[in-house]
Amino acid sequence: MTENQNILEANSLTMSFGGLTAVANLSFCLRKGELVGLIGPNGAGKTTVFNMLTGVYAPTEGSILLNQGDKKQAISGLPPYKITQKGIARTFQNIRLFNKLSVLDNVRIAFHFSRSYSMFHSFFLTPLFWREEKKITADATELLALLRLEERKNDLAKNLSYGEMRRLEIARALATHPQILLLDEPAAGMNPQETEELSELINLIREKFSLTILLIEHDMSLVMKLCEKIMVLDYGMMIASGTPEEICHSKRVIEAYLGEEV
Amino acid sequence: MGLFVQQIVNGLALGSIYALIALGYTMVYGIIRLINFAHGDIYMIGAFVGYFALTTFNLPFGVSLVLAMLIPAILGMLIERVAYRPLRKSPSIAVLITAIGVSLLIENLAILWFSPDPRPFPQIFPNMPLDFFGIKISIPQIIVFLTSVALMIALNFLVQKTKIGKAMRAVSQDKEAASLMGIDTDRIISLTFAIGSALAGAAGVMVGVIYPRIQPLMGVMPGLKAFVSAVLGGIGSIPGAMLGGLIMGLTESLVTALISSTWRDAIAFGLLIVILLVKPSGILGKSTREKV
Amino acid sequence: MAQQTKKNSTYDGYIALASALLLLILNLILVSGKMPAYYSGILGFMGINIILAVSLNLINGIAGQFSLGHAGFMAIGAYVSALISIYLQWPFIVALLCGGLAAAFIGILIGLPTLRLKGDYLAIATLGLGEIIRVVILNLDITKGARGLTGIPRTTTIFWVEAIAIITVIVTINLMRSTHGRALLSIREDEIAAEAMGINTTYYKVFAFATGAFFAGIAGGLFAHIMGYIAPKNFDFMRSIEILVIVVLGGLGSITGSIVATIVLTVLPEALRGFAQYRMVLYSAMLIMMMLFRPQGLLGTRELKVSDVFKFFSGGGERDD
Repeated sequence: MTENQNILEANSLTMSFGGLTAVANLSFCLRKGELVGLIGPNGAGKTTVFNMLTGVYAPTEGSILLNQGDKKQAISGLPPYKITQKGIARTFQNIRLFNKLSVLDNVRIAFHFSRSYSMFHSFFLTPLFWREEKKITADATELLALLRLEERKNDLAKNLSYGEMRRLEIARALATHPQILLLDEPAAGMNPQETEELSELINLIREKFSLTILLIEHDMSLVMKLCEKIMVLDYGMMIASGTPEEICHSKRVIEAYLGEEV
Repeated sequence: MGLFVQQIVNGLALGSIYALIALGYTMVYGIIRLINFAHGDIYMIGAFVGYFALTTFNLPFGVSLVLAMLIPAILGMLIERVAYRPLRKSPSIAVLITAIGVSLLIENLAILWFSPDPRPFPQIFPNMPLDFFGIKISIPQIIVFLTSVALMIALNFLVQKTKIGKAMRAVSQDKEAASLMGIDTDRIISLTFAIGSALAGAAGVMVGVIYPRIQPLMGVMPGLKAFVSAVLGGIGSIPGAMLGGLIMGLTESLVTALISSTWRDAIAFGLLIVILLVKPSGILGKSTREKV
Repeated sequence: MAQQTKKNSTYDGYIALASALLLLILNLILVSGKMPAYYSGILGFMGINIILAVSLNLINGIAGQFSLGHAGFMAIGAYVSALISIYLQWPFIVALLCGGLAAAFIGILIGLPTLRLKGDYLAIATLGLGEIIRVVILNLDITKGARGLTGIPRTTTIFWVEAIAIITVIVTINLMRSTHGRALLSIREDEIAAEAMGINTTYYKVFAFATGAFFAGIAGGLFAHIMGYIAPKNFDFMRSIEILVIVVLGGLGSITGSIVATIVLTVLPEALRGFAQYRMVLYSAMLIMMMLFRPQGLLGTRELKVSDVFKFFSGGGERDD
């Protein structure tokens, strides 16, 4: 597979809820290894795009194609768990951790399909069960160490700080072995120092797991610094896309953010 | 055809009783998201208050009906204050179990005090069928239907037109915002229990008027079915509860007449499941989508 | 089991305790030859209730699917196994298994459409389905309707009950600590996030429902063969409520909690027998009190460990939930 190949193609995606069109006729491609930012004012339809890509919503119209090696397959309309298994993982804007479970268990859950054994082994605690459980725990601990959460692995997820919760969301998503990672406002609620650390972390995991990343973020400095390409949504439509440089100077983008007067 | 229309008449009388009970379920659920299992037993208490008022104290029907609404109303407020309010922040299943406990307590106290044997409810109205073009409608049926409709109109006025009603609607939308607007939410919740229980109490007397046998466990099945009616109509919706109650009453009397009375309960619950699968928010309920 | 990690050792504590509790009961049974039938009867019901409570806990507490129709599955197991014993005279254990499988099958059939519903709606749908099962049994000829089914061989011994109770507890606990158990827990915590982790939530919800139904069916079979006589009223809505009360009182998700609560709630009404007519009044009053003062149940979601018991007796009580 060449570096420049499209790993994901979205073709004229439309999502309507009753009479409201949240996303209209949206098309874009993600190249393998790219880090793309998705920005836009509140209510522009960014999270709806994520929800379509991950199968939470089936698009009203349009298709999503996932390109793996030489086979191209449509994933639009598949249930979310199948899409995750095909290699698209996400974090949630309004953090959705398994609150009453330990940090370690949160990550171990995400190894569910990649390292599984049949029910038989769990009912009878066969040697395979112990072996696999040991590996899952080791892998989960390694991921937690990478995201600087190792110390807190036995705490309940609900007792983490805000920044830790966001990092645990990322750890959990990585545990599903994704090729494409969708990050929904990972820096929301973080202070400048935490944001700085986060951007290093994103670069680190991108390298380490050779990920393609699509990032929704309101912190412009973070987006401008990290992303190679930026897409701008407004009222469910793509109003601009290009390099950070181009986006900064786009008249339409400035209008969308600051109003027509400027 | 005559049989069919006759069953519709019977169904409307039964349905208006279900509707009265369902209103209490729907109002309480709408305001604190609790399936108040004790509600069916409040209805039973209403029937017994009416019974004692009419027999032991020989009071006129109107006064008995008022008493049979007043005492359950006080009981409803008491239950809310003692058993549900301390659990306002607990998981809903804990409150549900408490409600089941309250229900069992009322039933068993009633068995203790009133004896488990059925009692005949006094016949105040002559059970004389009036003939309307071959359809027989008894005077008790007319009384029950008219009283229920009057109570529902009164409730609708209260909820839609008065300040208290506005406060009730506000609390059921958003408890926190309502209390920020200066509404005493605890008082409104208490009042909701009072109104719901008063309607159930009235339903207790109504059922005594048409089916003149009352006993301490009489509230269990009608309570469940009234709750099903509330879900059917769209839980939290007052017109929904009325509609759901009527549908339940009509279905039951038609099934009883056309199929068999032993299948009646299965059909009632089957109807519920079909509605839940097709439109979980009920006929008049608004559907909500979880935000991801 | 030499390979187990440090983390796993915490589980062993409560497995040991659970088995110890059950072994204690088993020991009592060894002397039950000389025990009055009254006590052995209570022990039998206790074991059946443990199976019911643990299996409902799998659905309600672990997978977080609020079911109010457990008595319906118990009824299917009871009737299927009883009919097999009466008409086909198959061996007892085969009849029991068929009852359990029939209940599991109905569980899958019911679960597939209804488990799309959530929370209170699911509770009401399962309540309705439980009632439908009862009404169907009431109306069939083969089940003899409201008169009930008589002449069921009374083959259930306390040994059978306790052995199956132990198997149920161990299988459930083993399941809980595995990746499959974690999948169920994740559904309880957040279904949308669980899907996003690659977990087929529909499959696991139906699996929990079917497994719970299977054990409830087995419990029903044991019940039928202990009583010798069953009728639809044995499996009404109140029966489902009784089981739910045990589970909530013990703590949703806590298996040892279910066992402790079963013992308390089976013994309590018996202990109150002396108060005759006040018995049920006291029982319901105590139920309200317990919920008011400890709404998370006796144990919350945690499990009782052997070390807790030692800690308790050495004076250092802890209450962290």
